Amino acid sequence: MPVVSTPATLKPAPAALDNAEVLRIRNDFPILGRPVNGHPLVYLDSGATSQNPASVLEAEQEFYEQRNAAVHRGAHSLAVEATEAFEAAREAVAGFVGARGNEIIWTSNATEAINLVTYAFSNATAGRGPAAAQQFRLGPGDEIVATEMEHHANLIPWQELAFRTGATFRYIPVDDDGGLRLEEAEKVIGPRTRVLAFTHASNVLGTINPVRTLVELAHAQGAFVVLDACQSVPHLPVDVKELDVDFAAFSGHKMLGPTGIGALYGKAALLNAMPPFLTGGSMITTVTMEQAEYLPAPQRFEAGTQKISQAVALAAAVNYLQETGMDRIHAWETHLGQRLVAGLEAIEGIRVTGPKAGSERIGLAAFDVDGVHSHDVGQFLDDKGIAVRVGHHCAQPLHRRLGLVSTTRASTYLYNTTDDVDAFLDAVAGVRKFFGVAK
Amino acid sequence: MSSDLEQLYQQIILDHARARHGSGLAEAPAGDRVGESHMLNPTCGDEITLRASVHDAGDLMTISGISWEGQGCSISMASASVLHDMGTGLRRQDLLELVDHFREVMRSRGALEADEEILGDAAAFSGVARYPARVKCAMLAWVALEEALLAAG
Repeated sequence: MPVVSTPATLKPAPAALDNAEVLRIRNDFPILGRPVNGHPLVYLDSGATSQNPASVLEAEQEFYEQRNAAVHRGAHSLAVEATEAFEAAREAVAGFVGARGNEIIWTSNATEAINLVTYAFSNATAGRGPAAAQQFRLGPGDEIVATEMEHHANLIPWQELAFRTGATFRYIPVDDDGGLRLEEAEKVIGPRTRVLAFTHASNVLGTINPVRTLVELAHAQGAFVVLDACQSVPHLPVDVKELDVDFAAFSGHKMLGPTGIGALYGKAALLNAMPPFLTGGSMITTVTMEQAEYLPAPQRFEAGTQKISQAVALAAAVNYLQETGMDRIHAWETHLGQRLVAGLEAIEGIRVTGPKAGSERIGLAAFDVDGVHSHDVGQFLDDKGIAVRVGHHCAQPLHRRLGLVSTTRASTYLYNTTDDVDAFLDAVAGVRKFFGVAK
Repeated sequence: MSSDLEQLYQQIILDHARARHGSGLAEAPAGDRVGESHMLNPTCGDEITLRASVHDAGDLMTISGISWEGQGCSISMASASVLHDMGTGLRRQDLLELVDHFREVMRSRGALEADEEILGDAAAFSGVARYPARVKCAMLAWVALEEALLAAG
């Protein structure tokens, strides 16, 4: 089989990642060898999109060269092999997050995964779905709760669901250190709460939210929990069963996989109670000129030709991450994240958002440079071959809360060395002088 | 510092980004036609509100004022500041032609040499043309001006 299946148990982790091993890891990533603007590429934008190891690129090419066919239809050999590869990929990705295969739905990206949930709830509200879909109906008096630190992808779909159903949208505010105000969460989450949607790790602040605490608050009120796991699944060990979330969304291209694929995890009983979102081919049992009946999850939610090569490549990415070890990746990125924050805090005129140095955060840092717009900071860094993200990072309300319009963000992954971080810090130290706002 | 970056951020741009000539919306002279435009670049959040007034003397229409409020990167702020300096007092038609010429240079990806005779201080933005992602920053105020003049009639 072309797809490397998930090992049942992770190999015992060898010693922690270090620069020497990271240098070996870098050799697996072709793009990291190219120069940018005459400098070696320092890629610190993995929070937006990660790079691909050769094994991922090869898996996709191997699929197209050897097995390309439509899945779940057709009786010929290629179709059978394609279907097997596609479903083995689902098992691999499910295993990676502690789920069962039938609990993972392929989507185009995490945004679509969250929209799938909101539109399934909408359709249930409109009376569609099996009898058990009643549990998803929303109306006036019901409340949907998110947080002030959400990416727009886990914010706007809920605002829109509230508008469509008459439910009320509420949110948990953040504190000045970039954490959720849990005492407020206890007030906001109440008997009217039907959904709690929040991010596992903030793409701006770097904060890791206390998932279990929030899940318990929500479940005590009978609310569903939807977790945005885009910044956690790629970077730390995540077990959706242990977290006990009802739904979780993550995206392939942030975890060494290709663009165009994401996944929605949902508890099987919930998925099978939900009406579909997108409808059409490959998701039905019987169709008449009047109506249709639907397959169980995951096929119920996978209308039309699927993201087959992307799924196969994503499984190769998951395999790469597992072979390296998520515990080790998390420990290394924690180290890099602390180095980033401590270094930035030491530079005059820099304000880092989120937890202070020494407090837990994922391996990224977003910051403001006094007197210099983030676009100019990004341009200055790009000139030195350093790739960072600038702007509001799809989190306008959070930036407003911080009193900022935009920030510059450096985000690390398993292929970044401490030299990358230091080159970045050196460059940032020269920004204000270049733009004439510091001596 | 690399010459590429200094080509982009010429001193004149950095100076204008700090000085921000024309910043703060000004009252138009009595009797002049006024138009306003609000422009937003959603990818970076850069924002500008620009007010332009036109003095109509029958056969001659001149720009009696260009003022603006905004926030954004040094390129977008400097370009608004330069536009204020250059545009005020020009004939309406001449200013519109200047905007067209500026746009042409900005979109040329560096192929068109900026003519300092025509563009004056705005020629300093010629380095921006080689950074496609930044062309919108440089154009923000100029596009807002076109809209404001349309609104003024």
